[in-house]
Amino acid sequence: MSRLLFTKEGPAVWMSHLDLMRTLQRAFRRGGLMLKHSQGYSPHPELSIVLPLSVGVSSVCELADFELEPDCSVPVGEIAARLNPVLPAGIRVLDCFEQGKKAGKLAFLRSELRLTYDQATGNRQQATDPSVAAHSVRHAVPRSDEAEGERISPLASLGRNDRVEALRELFARPSLIVEKHGKNGPVELDLSPMIRSLSVSSQNGREIMIEVLGCAQNPTLNPLLLAAAIERYLPECRPDFVQCRRIEVYDAEMQVFR
Amino acid sequence: MKKRIDEALERILPNVQKPARYVGGEYNQTVKDLQADSIDLRVAFCFPDTYEIGMSNLGIRILYGIMNQMPGVWCERVFTPWGDMEEAMRQVGVPLYALESHDPVKDFDMIAFSVGYEMSYTNILTMLDLAGVPLHAADREGLHNIVFAGGACTYNPEPLADFFDFFSLGEGEQSTVEILECYRAAKQAGLSKAAFLENVSKIPGVYVPSFYEHRYNPDGTLAEIVPLHGAPAKVTKRIVQDLDKAYYPTKTIVASTEIVHDRMNLEVMRGCIRGCRFCQAGYTYRPVRPRLPETLFDQAVASLEDSGCHEITLSSLSTSDYRYLEPLTDRLTDYCAARKINLSVPSLRADNFSRELMLKLQKVRKSGLTFAPEAGTQRLRDAINKNVTEEDILKTCEIAFAGGWNNVKLYFMLGLPTETDEDVIGIGDLVYKIYNTWKACASNKKRGVRIHVAVAFFVPKPFTGFQWEQQTTPEEYLRRCRLLKEHLNNKSVEFNYHEAKLSELEAVLARGDRRLGALLEAAWRKGAKLDGWMEYFDYDKWIAALEECGIDRSFYTTRGFGLDEVLPWDTIDPGVTKRFLLRERERAYRSEITPDCRHGCAGCGANRLLDCGVCDP
Repeated sequence: MSRLLFTKEGPAVWMSHLDLMRTLQRAFRRGGLMLKHSQGYSPHPELSIVLPLSVGVSSVCELADFELEPDCSVPVGEIAARLNPVLPAGIRVLDCFEQGKKAGKLAFLRSELRLTYDQATGNRQQATDPSVAAHSVRHAVPRSDEAEGERISPLASLGRNDRVEALRELFARPSLIVEKHGKNGPVELDLSPMIRSLSVSSQNGREIMIEVLGCAQNPTLNPLLLAAAIERYLPECRPDFVQCRRIEVYDAEMQVFR
Repeated sequence: MKKRIDEALERILPNVQKPARYVGGEYNQTVKDLQADSIDLRVAFCFPDTYEIGMSNLGIRILYGIMNQMPGVWCERVFTPWGDMEEAMRQVGVPLYALESHDPVKDFDMIAFSVGYEMSYTNILTMLDLAGVPLHAADREGLHNIVFAGGACTYNPEPLADFFDFFSLGEGEQSTVEILECYRAAKQAGLSKAAFLENVSKIPGVYVPSFYEHRYNPDGTLAEIVPLHGAPAKVTKRIVQDLDKAYYPTKTIVASTEIVHDRMNLEVMRGCIRGCRFCQAGYTYRPVRPRLPETLFDQAVASLEDSGCHEITLSSLSTSDYRYLEPLTDRLTDYCAARKINLSVPSLRADNFSRELMLKLQKVRKSGLTFAPEAGTQRLRDAINKNVTEEDILKTCEIAFAGGWNNVKLYFMLGLPTETDEDVIGIGDLVYKIYNTWKACASNKKRGVRIHVAVAFFVPKPFTGFQWEQQTTPEEYLRRCRLLKEHLNNKSVEFNYHEAKLSELEAVLARGDRRLGALLEAAWRKGAKLDGWMEYFDYDKWIAALEECGIDRSFYTTRGFGLDEVLPWDTIDPGVTKRFLLRERERAYRSEITPDCRHGCAGCGANRLLDCGVCDP
């Protein structure tokens, strides 16, 4: 299996995992690269994504494994040049490797969480659809009507440094229980054991950046759950908007995973 | 504005279902530079349904390509947002925007709609309102935001007459270019809207509703239609004379999220030789014009290689009637099998489905079989001119079952003119015979068989042999559904039937007149939207709107139209003549078939649209 390193940014962040699979499969064909197909009643192309990404999260370190038909011999060095002209906006192949490390060796994931405090509109909507509700809890933070009416930042009383301090203290706790929407309804999950390191910083009064290195697999730390933890433990530090970006993946020895 | 829209979208999109459909950025979308490309005409091409439906529409892809080929023109796509997205946009104050540039629709010179389904009419109002464009044509002044429409529904555009400045009838390959040039000339000359409408009305196929006065009798029927401003008494639809020379989108947008028809589309012909008496498309797409297999093969290869799709479908109203089907599928199956591409052929007829064709289609992947006998007895099939015999159907099933298929879908209609209980029970008998055929012929009985029976409520449509007919009442239709269900007691049979209320309203809008503009607006103001979707369809809102407007729906449904009555769509000439449709109606009542075009010209009149005057079906 060869391995592709690519980005998922801009409009492409809204594509689902299955959308991305279809898009990559078609891009291979467009680039004149015939993927090997499985045998059987309904043959499907040999292509898999190492660590699926949540909808709405951007990434500069996505990995996909693929195998070409034996008679389609294209050097890995040429793959990016074949794919990039035929990919939709936001997806760009950065590199391609003959053989990737075993997917099971992927251990850590570095992500960036941008918390915005601006009282801006856009995330007030209370989702009623249960599938959407699960999403909104993790992603954008609904705000109550009273808070909206007052137009005063919940952090007005807290200075920028206080806010950063409060968040640092929060993530230093020995246990951080959040509710996660699993397949069989909500389940309680402790984030602390999954966080290997975490830093909080602030460039301006509007934004706080959290950089987190967490478990990539078994279980995976979904960085958006950090926002859920803020909401639960520090409602006064609840951001108006949360954006998440996947930065890098590593193996157990903290070597960049490829 | 674009920046503001993008910032707001960042925050809205995490909370809506399937956000990928709201951002554009797909492979092959057309992005132009307003300055560098000297754009002087921007068209917002709107489809009044969701992205998934609209992106599956071939007409949209053809016209998008044609408009964007014009220098200085930039055509962008706009679809109806799903309810959650509409709500979020309204809350945050994001106006309707085009997918390519994210610029507000209100900034566009022209706003074009493709309307193919009556139950999407309220979506048009949703979109105009979300765009911040006045709903009524009369309230829009000047040349900015000229709103026009084409598509199957515009053969009776009257219910939409209040909202559109004009309609483009028939195939838009050429007329759309002429319309845009006419607009550009008017814009450069600084003409008034009235002067532009006079100019555009001179383009063949363009119908300006405000140039016609509809006068009514005391009983509510139409008394006369009076053309004003020198408008023509009849507006004849446009057609493409030579399909082999016509533009075809071989370099077309590849959606980044799943759409309804997520495959390449090869349109093998236009028009249908059959003449089923209930089928509006069968009449209005005439005359029949096939494409040459060489043209199609080249288009197939070009579009598959450009899109990277692994599936292609041969589309038309009745693909097995395509006269070069064999040479085309011979070449295509070889090409596709070598590349693991699925070739699918929908719209097969049970009377000419061959074992050879079936084996070819099976090469890559076996899909289900779908047939539409439409009626249960030969007498009724003759009356509707669906010239398929029970023997044809059973023979086809025999071939299919012997070839390993174990999944058959059958489409029927209930409420057809002259239908009796015997015809309803006849469906049950036919299904039973199909089941027995499976028992006798199946190559592998262990896997069982699934026979899906889907029933639709007959809606009489304009420009069909049944355009004057009474629609059955919903109660009677449902009684017939129950009767049929009693005669379908077999575990292998799955039975579904269409919502009666939806089809009733569809009949109102399909044969409606200009007075229904008020109804559409009232229903929309009461919250009617996405009416074609069961998640949103709300009959009560429509009933309340009908009451508020003082409109009796039975006037358009169960009353039926008198044979001498002036019909709301009488201004439109789709090719087939009223005389021919009347003759088809008489034959239906005598259960007399009309042979297909290849077995002799029935004299429908559509040949008049061809330069040469003679069809070559």
